[in-house]
Formats: sequence, C-alpha cells, structure tokens
Amino acid sequence: MFFLRHRWYWMAIFIAMTAGAILWSQRQQPFLENASEKMPGVVDFNFHVRPILSDRCFKCHGPDASQRKAELRLDTEAGLYQSLRENPGAHVIVQGNPKDSELYRRISAADTSQLMPPPNSNLALSVYEKRLIKKWIDQEAKFQKHWAFISPLAAEPPEVDSDWSSNELDQFVLVKMEEQNLEPNGKADKERLLKRVSFDITGLPPSITMQENFLKDNSSYAYEKVVDELLENPHYGEKMAIYWLDVARYADSHGYQDDGLRTMWPWRDWVIHAFNKNYPYDKFLTWQLAGDLIPNPTKEMLLATGFNRNHKITEEFGVIEEEYRIEYVSDRTNTFGKAFLALTLECAKCHDHKYDPVSQKEYYGTFAFFNQINDKGLIGEFQDMSAFPADPPVILITNEDVKNVLAFVNKKDQDPVSVMVMKDSSAVRPTHVLIRGAYDVPGEEVGFQIPEAIYPYDTKRLPKNRLGLAKWLTDKNHPLTSRVFVNRIWQEFFGRGIVRTSGDFGMQGELPSHPELLDWLAVDFMNHGWGIKRLVKQIVMSSTYQQSAEVSRRKLAVDPENKYLSRASRVRLPSELIKDHVLASSGLLVEEIGGPSVKPYQPDGMWEASASGRGVLANYVQDHGDKLYRRGIYNFIKRTVPPPSMLMFDASNRDQCEVRRISTNTPLQALIMMNDPMVLEASRVLAQRLMLENISVQARISKGFRLILCRKALEKELNSLGAYFEDEKKYFESELQKVEAKLAVGEYKQEKVNDRAGTAALMQVITTLYNTDEAITK
Amino acid sequence: MKEFIENRLHVNRRHFLGKVSLGLGSVALGSLLIPSLFNGDEEDIASGVGMPHFAPKAKRVIYLFQNGAPSQLESFDYKPMLNKMHGQELPASVRMGQRLTGMTSGQSKFPLVGSHFKFQQYGKSGAWVSEIFPNMAKVVDDMCFIKSMHTEAINHDPALTFMQTGAQQGNRPSMGAWLSYGLGSENKNLPAYCVLLSRGKGNGQGVYSKLWTNGFLDSVHQGVQFTSGEEPVLYLNDPTGSDKVRRRKMLDQLAELNSISYQQFGDPEIQTRIQQYEMAFRMQTAVPELTDLSKEPDDIVKMYGPDCLVPGTYAANCLLARKLSEAGVRFVQLYHQGWDQHGNLTGEMPNQAKDTDRASAALIMDLKQRGLLDDTLVIWGGEFGRTNYCQGNLSEKNYGRDHHPRCYTICMAGGGIKPGITYGETDEFGYNIVKAPVHVNDFHATVLNLLGLDHEKLIFKHLGRRYRLTDVAGKVVKPIIA
Repeated sequence: MFFLRHRWYWMAIFIAMTAGAILWSQRQQPFLENASEKMPGVVDFNFHVRPILSDRCFKCHGPDASQRKAELRLDTEAGLYQSLRENPGAHVIVQGNPKDSELYRRISAADTSQLMPPPNSNLALSVYEKRLIKKWIDQEAKFQKHWAFISPLAAEPPEVDSDWSSNELDQFVLVKMEEQNLEPNGKADKERLLKRVSFDITGLPPSITMQENFLKDNSSYAYEKVVDELLENPHYGEKMAIYWLDVARYADSHGYQDDGLRTMWPWRDWVIHAFNKNYPYDKFLTWQLAGDLIPNPTKEMLLATGFNRNHKITEEFGVIEEEYRIEYVSDRTNTFGKAFLALTLECAKCHDHKYDPVSQKEYYGTFAFFNQINDKGLIGEFQDMSAFPADPPVILITNEDVKNVLAFVNKKDQDPVSVMVMKDSSAVRPTHVLIRGAYDVPGEEVGFQIPEAIYPYDTKRLPKNRLGLAKWLTDKNHPLTSRVFVNRIWQEFFGRGIVRTSGDFGMQGELPSHPELLDWLAVDFMNHGWGIKRLVKQIVMSSTYQQSAEVSRRKLAVDPENKYLSRASRVRLPSELIKDHVLASSGLLVEEIGGPSVKPYQPDGMWEASASGRGVLANYVQDHGDKLYRRGIYNFIKRTVPPPSMLMFDASNRDQCEVRRISTNTPLQALIMMNDPMVLEASRVLAQRLMLENISVQARISKGFRLILCRKALEKELNSLGAYFEDEKKYFESELQKVEAKLAVGEYKQEKVNDRAGTAALMQVITTLYNTDEAITK
Repeated sequence: MKEFIENRLHVNRRHFLGKVSLGLGSVALGSLLIPSLFNGDEEDIASGVGMPHFAPKAKRVIYLFQNGAPSQLESFDYKPMLNKMHGQELPASVRMGQRLTGMTSGQSKFPLVGSHFKFQQYGKSGAWVSEIFPNMAKVVDDMCFIKSMHTEAINHDPALTFMQTGAQQGNRPSMGAWLSYGLGSENKNLPAYCVLLSRGKGNGQGVYSKLWTNGFLDSVHQGVQFTSGEEPVLYLNDPTGSDKVRRRKMLDQLAELNSISYQQFGDPEIQTRIQQYEMAFRMQTAVPELTDLSKEPDDIVKMYGPDCLVPGTYAANCLLARKLSEAGVRFVQLYHQGWDQHGNLTGEMPNQAKDTDRASAALIMDLKQRGLLDDTLVIWGGEFGRTNYCQGNLSEKNYGRDHHPRCYTICMAGGGIKPGITYGETDEFGYNIVKAPVHVNDFHATVLNLLGLDHEKLIFKHLGRRYRLTDVAGKVVKPIIA
C-alpha cells in the first residue's frame, strides 16, 4: 500500500509539473496561443518581437531609468541599435546580422554567466522565441512604434467571397477565420438567438409573448425589429450600467473599517439615464471627468462628476489625513488610466513604469489634474445619521431638482440627498513627485502633464485642468480612447475583447486578435458621433454574433478560447443578471428603475460577524416587499462585506476600478442556485401561479421550461421532467408535513392551491430548471 | 474505455489549462472535480498533488490572527526598563521623530508605561510570558517568538490588509488565496482556504472580506467563510422539506438535463458544472460532519475549555481549525477581534487573553498529540505593535497604548519552525528594533518557504505585471527554520 501511495504521489507530481509547465509557458508567451504556432514569414516587431522583449527584458532594459542595467534599453529605436558601453565597436543589434548582434548573442549564450535573461531572474526565452528574434534580425530588424500609441486608421474592410457577411464586422472576422482554416457556425436557432440578444441588451429574458411573436414573424426584418425594440427598452440602460459601475468602483459604503453609508446612488441613476438617452461616449466621458469645469454647468453635469468620488474613503479615527488624501488622488489617477486609456499608470507611482513609456514624473503630472479638489483624508463619525457625513464638495439633490432638471433620480422622500462631486479649488495646489510613492517624501514639483508618448497634450489649445484632459481624450486622433471603449463593448457581447487584456493596452497587454477590425470599429465609432447604441446594434446585427454556440471537437481543439469567433461563445450570466432572470421569469421582478440600493435576502450574521459594531451599517437590516424583487444592479454594496452570492458569481467587490470580470464555475455557485431563498421563493411563486392556471401538468412544466430556458422543451426533456414531477409528487403525498415546510419559503404572498403536493413537486421541477447550466448561460 | 478516459482527460485538462487564471494547483483541482480523470484511488489523488518548488516542511497553515493588535509589552516582549521609568517622558533619542497616529500626535506628553502584568520565564527555553497568558506559557518550548516584526502601516485597515495580502491597498490576493493557487487542495470535499471569525469583549476594529479575497486570482481561491450559525458554510443546507434522497434525485435529474445540453453544444463547461454540483453535494455531507463539535471527547473539550462547545467563540474556532486542518484544508484563517487597547488596557486585555490563551495553547498541544504539529504551521499575532508610552490618562491602575508599527511580536509553532527560540530583539524601551528585523514581506517569504514555495517564483501575471505575495521584497528568515 505504501508503495502504491508512493507511486501515485510521484505520478501526480509528474502530471502536475507537466501541466504546470504548460501553464508556465502560456504565461511566458502571452501572445502565443499554442507553442506549435508556425514561424511567420515576416517577423513583425509589434506583433512578435516587442512582446518578448517587454515581458522578459524591459524590467532591467526598459523605460525605468533607475533600474536600467548597463545603460542598455530595448524599448526605443535608438536603444536597440546603440553601441555597447563596454565595447563601443559592438552593437545591440546589427541589422541583418544576428551573429554580430549582442542581443542575439546573449539570449542564445550557452554560458549561463553570459545568458540573458539571467537565470536568477526566473525568466527565460523559449527556443521558438529565440528563433523569432533571430529571424527578425535577419530581416533587417525593423523597429515600430507600439501599435496602441499609433492613431487608428480605418482600412477598407477586406473583400470576402461569401454571402455569410451581414456587415463589415463579419468581413474582418471571416478573413481571420479562414486564415485558421475555420468556417463559421450556422445561425443560432431563433429562440436561442432571442435569449442571447435580450440578455445582452436589456439583461432580462424574453417573455413568452416576445418569444411567440419572434417565432411567428418570418419577415426578413424580424430580428432587426426585435433589436430596435430592445434598444429602446429602458432596461437597456440598467444592463449597460452594470459594467460601468465596475469601472467606476461604485458602492453604497465608504470602504474602510467601519465602512459607513454613502449615497452615491443618484450618480448611478444618472449612468442608467445617460445610456438610455444614448449620450455619445465623448459627452458621457467629458461630463464624468469634468462636468464641473464646463462653462455654466448644469446640475446634471455636476452630478456626473460623482464618477471621480466613488473611490473608498476612510473613517478610521487617528489616520494621518494627508496619507489618505494622496491615496484618493492616486485612485482617481489610476482609474483614469485604466478606465479610459487601458494603461497601468499606477505602475509609475513609485518609480518609472517598467514596461510602458510612463515616467514617474509624468505620473505625478497626471496626478496633478486630480489633485485640485478640496476633499478630506478622513470623514466624520456616525453620531447623527440623518445628516450623514459626505465628504465635500457635495451637491444636494432636492425634490425641486427631481421635478425639473433631474427627473431620472428616483428619490423616495422629502429629504435632500447629498452626492459627492468634483470641484477644483480656486488656487492651484502644487503637486510634487512623491519619492517611492510615499505621501510624506515629496520630490521635485511638477506641472500638469500626461505621458507624452501616448499622445501629446497641446497646452496652447487645451486648458490645464480636467476639461482639457477630457478634450485630449476625445480628440479624434487620440490612439486609445475609442479603441479602448469599443473593445470593452465587444467584450461585453462576445465574452472576450479583441484585445483580451481589456485593462492593458500597453507593452505587456495581449495583442489584438483582429487589429484591423479594432481600428475600423474605433474610427467608425468616432466618425458616427461616438454613438453607443449604434455600436451595439452593429455588433448584434453581425453574422458573427448570430452564430450558434455549438462547438465541434475540431473547433474546440483548434481554437478552445474561440479567439477567432467561428461560433458563439457560451458565456455564463453575470451575477446581477442571474438574479434578474430568476425574478423576471417567475414574475416577481419589480421593474422600477433607480433609487436607493436595496437589501435583499442574505444569510444571517454576515455584516454582524465582521463589523466593528459601530455605524449604521453594523447590522444588516433586510428589506421587505417590493425591495426584495428589484434588479441585481440595485443590491446594496457594502464594500467590506459585499453580498456573498455576488462575490461567488465573480462580481467586483468595488475596491478599485475593474474592467473585466473573470468567469468561474464552482461548487459554491451550485449551493447558491440550489439553496438561496431567492431562487427557492421564485420557484414556489412560479409553481403556485402555474398551478392556478387551468392547464395540464405537462403544459405547466412546459411553460415553466419556456420561461426559464427561453425555448420550447424537447420531447425527451418534457418526458424526463414529467417523470421527475410524478416521482416528486408521490413523495410529497406520502410526506405531507414536508410540503408545508417546502412551500413556506419567502415573504411573497402565498397563493391558495388545493393540490399542495403537486405544487411542491412542480416547485422542485422549477428549481431544477433554474439549476441547469443553460438557464444561467446566455 | 481507455480511449474514453483519455479523451475526457484531454478535453478537460485542456479546458482547465485554457483558463489562464486557474492556479498551478489547478490540475489538483481538476482531479478533485473529476476524480476518475486519473482512474485511481481517490484518496491517493487527493493527497500529494500540488506544486511545491522544493520539499515542503509544512503542508498546511492555521493562522490565529489577533485582530486589533495585542500589546507586545503585556504579552511576550518583557521590558523591565519601562517599569523602572514608569511615568517619565519618552526620550526624544528613542522616538527619533517617527510618525505617530492622529490619536496621539497631539499629546503634549508621552509618559512611558510599564506592564501592569507580571512576567516570568517558562520552559527549557526560558521564554518570558506575562501572567495573563498562563496556558501559552506552557507551550513556549514548541514556539518561536519573533520580537522584531515591523510593518509600514500605522492604522488598522491598511495594516491588516498588508499582513494578509502583502499590500496596504489594491485588492491583492490574500495569503490563503496564494497558497490555494500554488498548492491546490488536499481534500476533495472541502475548500482549500477556510475563514473563521470571532470577537472578544475588547475594542473591536472589524474585519473585511477583502482580507480573504482572491484578488485577481480565480475566485475558486477565495477564502470560504465558515459561520457559527446553523449553516456552517453559506447556502450549504438544503431547504426545509428536502432531504438527502431528494437532493440526490434532483442532481440526477439535473445531470440528465445538462447532458442533453452537452450532447448538443459540446461545451466542456457543462461537464464542469455537472461535476461542481457533485462536489457541492459531497460538501453538504462532509462539512456538517466536520463542524459538529458535539461529539468531541471530554479530554479534548477540557483542553480547549468549555467555550469550545459554544459556536462562534475563539475556542470553538480553534477546535474547528484543528479538525479542518486534519481533514486537509490548506489554510485556516482565524480572526479574533477586540485587541485595540487605546485605553482601559488593564481592564480589557486580561479578558481578551482569557478568551484566547487556553484554546491557542490547546491547539498546539492537540496538533502535537496527533502528530500533526510537525507539518502544520501555527501562527499567532496581530497587525502591528503598541506604543511604549501612554495614550490618554496615565492613572495608577490604568492606561492605554496607541498603534506602533516599529516593532511587535508574533509567534509561530510547528510546520518546520525551530521550537523554543526567540528571534530578533527590541531596545530596552521596546520602541525600536535593535537586532534582526523581520518585515511583513520577510514573514510572508518565510511562510511560503516552509510550504515549499519560493516567494520569488510564486507569481501571477495580471495586467502585464508579475505579482507576488511579497511584492518586490522579502527575505526568508532562515534562522527560525528547523
């Protein structure tokens, strides 16, 4: 037995190591999906070489001057061709001559004391990567500027010999697919397509009426008609806002320690409103970044600037205020970088950026734009919660405002609501480089500046404030703003961005899978007035989007991640939409838009166990009535203890700006779907409603199926569920006392149904349907 | 049959590995989810997998976090000088202008204050322990005291976050998440990383779920909070009116529906979901069995003290930690609130000690008698130290101490730690470190080392940067490793 154990132990280690090595190599080669990829005919600096240099060399031979070894840098054109410090006759790269190129000599050295990267860096180049670099030098080693810092130019969509394409998007996609010897899937069946587009645009399942109408409509415009209707549905704004709330790190509490209440929800209502009114992205962005600096700003513009006040704020007694104030300014700066530029500016807070051309000085130059507001490091305690201590500057939203200019704010009572906003002080606060990022070690003073290598800031034309920053961002030649946004919207619809690392377009980010498509979309988006609904429509009208999700073994083997879009990706619904689906399909959903966040069912003691005991949010006071049935976007987010079921379904904890949620599949998710009172109550209510309809058992099951899976059941599915229902019913008839317990779940009113055992059995069938993979997959 | 298994292995492994954010231990995870992948004895597979960089000394960790920062000066760092100079001003030559919190920076005087509690030496090692920790005093020969811990944060939230995630800000993965990522789970029915909360009567400072966050790692590495109520793990209990048999039938029905989907779509994610439901089902049996402390024998109850039968107490959590650890949970994290004695130290601290002293010692003895201490690392300590001067009024019988990041004491036992030693030293005022400082990054590097992980190699690349628990620093404290 010992021997056996031993053998398994080693086998397991071997397997783990092999797999680890595979994983390892994937990380080391972010641009390579699989190691057997063929050597390209022409080696491209941007697409093949720089990713290797950045990932393995820039740390010591890149933009960070203080860490640079041997005065050698590989991130600039001059650096690549320069002569060596210790041997001026030799050069880093001799074009066309790998053997005389120090770079190649060092990466291929057999002597480990000569080898680069040095073994103790835990970094290494694969044989394939060395060959790539050799071939690039052979081919004259041409340097190129980083792709993401070159303004996008729209190429003509490629001609394709196929009637598959519905619009330009498909032309770009098809060409890439063909390069990989892939062909598109057929079109998704109507029911599944409707489900997909309905969740994607409004975040809600299609009702049975919608399903019926769409199935009946055989016109060639049937689908487009549905799309137009969905885009005009006010739930569109809620769906789009979910993702923006992650970007804006929106929450209902302050986020540190006692974690008290804040009321930023009117800002959230504005986001929903802005999407519904189809504010162009340049306006959406400008108002949030600098609404207060627009001449004669309206109250709505001021409200929009709440974006930059959504960061965490401490209430911990005894903190050193300046330390935290600096933290908040950093948060705004970092958020600016990640949200709008998809750059990791924060890496330049303590030293020059290791990979991207962002110096520490430029970081603090950008920081200066966000350093002009008179906020405080510490905000008040909780003696009197009727006037909760918002951090100035604030605006008060009154009923008068709601009657007039802010009609979209869903205010419930007479008291004014206080929302934190941006307001620069009249005198410019000097900004210094902070040595190693430490708040109390100021270095040289810096003016307003942004990282020059991204896109120059024309100080003659642009004011030195956040409004100037917004104008800089929305300049038509800006290389990042439009690309970053269209990529994020693409990600929301396809489950993966054209640039997979949607938060990093820098040297370490992944390269776009379809660069021409990205640029075409970015330019087209700007040329059509930054219209978001138009972009969404373009995406959903494409044949690419309308494909079926079936995946053959071949496609799974060739393109497991569906990078080349030869099928629709099956994507699990985000946490908020799981709640929405369960409530909407059972008929419980309260469709009201906006207003203060709500506290639905939550396991007992979550807040109490972790709270310090101080403040209004020490205890979770669950809401009742309609508030239990609001959409997931309105769930109250207490940052230190976010709703557990949302975290388990990969929602952001809103600690900082996030642009991409990962999607996992875990046993804890199974437990939620099986046992969460929200799901069980919905099952009970739907079962009771179906029991009250004067239809057959099979018709009830069939209707429940259609509500939850948004399609008609197959015969084998109905038969199987019918048998299951009978089995459950028999059980409940023999255990009548269990029926009462089972049906007691939830606060929603009980319907009187005579067949109690049948109701319990139907409820069980419905819970089972909610637990299918298909129910929570779009 | 063989072909069938290989095909599943292939598809599923590709699928697991295709998800970049899954851990190095993800093959371990894969084998947990689909034990038949390797077609062997499940128990053998569940143990031994993982990916240490070198032979580990510890297989698992129990971290008894004393939340709020217990005073080192009333526990393990004996400073008779402070008693001698009681009431006299802290010399400027000792303070050296170092920053203070907003709570005492405005004080006009900084009177030194000696421990109200008596110290005595214990064991062969002769460790000094204060009278309020009589039980921990009995196990000093199993423990290593690090008296030279220091941190960068001066307030609770960032200091706690720093101790748990290696960064004061920024939503980084916590220590347990890193271990789950690096080493996977040892048990197929339980999460790799479990969190238990309790609270004393002293001044509390709260804990936050970001302390056990997965950060940018896959959420499978998130700490799973165990609760003291009727439901030990969130959403674990079947609803009323259901039972095991009904649940099984439901899962069979569900698997049938999911299989129909799989036949049509071929998406391996569907297979994964089927397996996740099976693991959830196994958890539903395994967890309640484990968390039921009512069947513990009398001698164990006696060891941990009667509180261990009261769910949600520190003592109950210590006993539960031992059981989880014994069952193969990689990282058990306890938090006990109430150690923030800015005032009324002589009133509050003995109560805090009373709530924790016996069970902390019992845990070490219990692990030892089971032969588990050798490969289980136990850590006891807070997020920073406390000042040697008095905060607020210094009366004859009472005083308070403010936060002090310059030095504090933590202790460790088992799991490859040298027993019966003291490492590092503070000055006679207990203010500055004079010998062998241990930074939080060093502490993390050392813990990872004990688990067979090189802290410079346990990395995860996120948004272009290779992240480590130890950020860009950290040295393994080799002298404390056996």
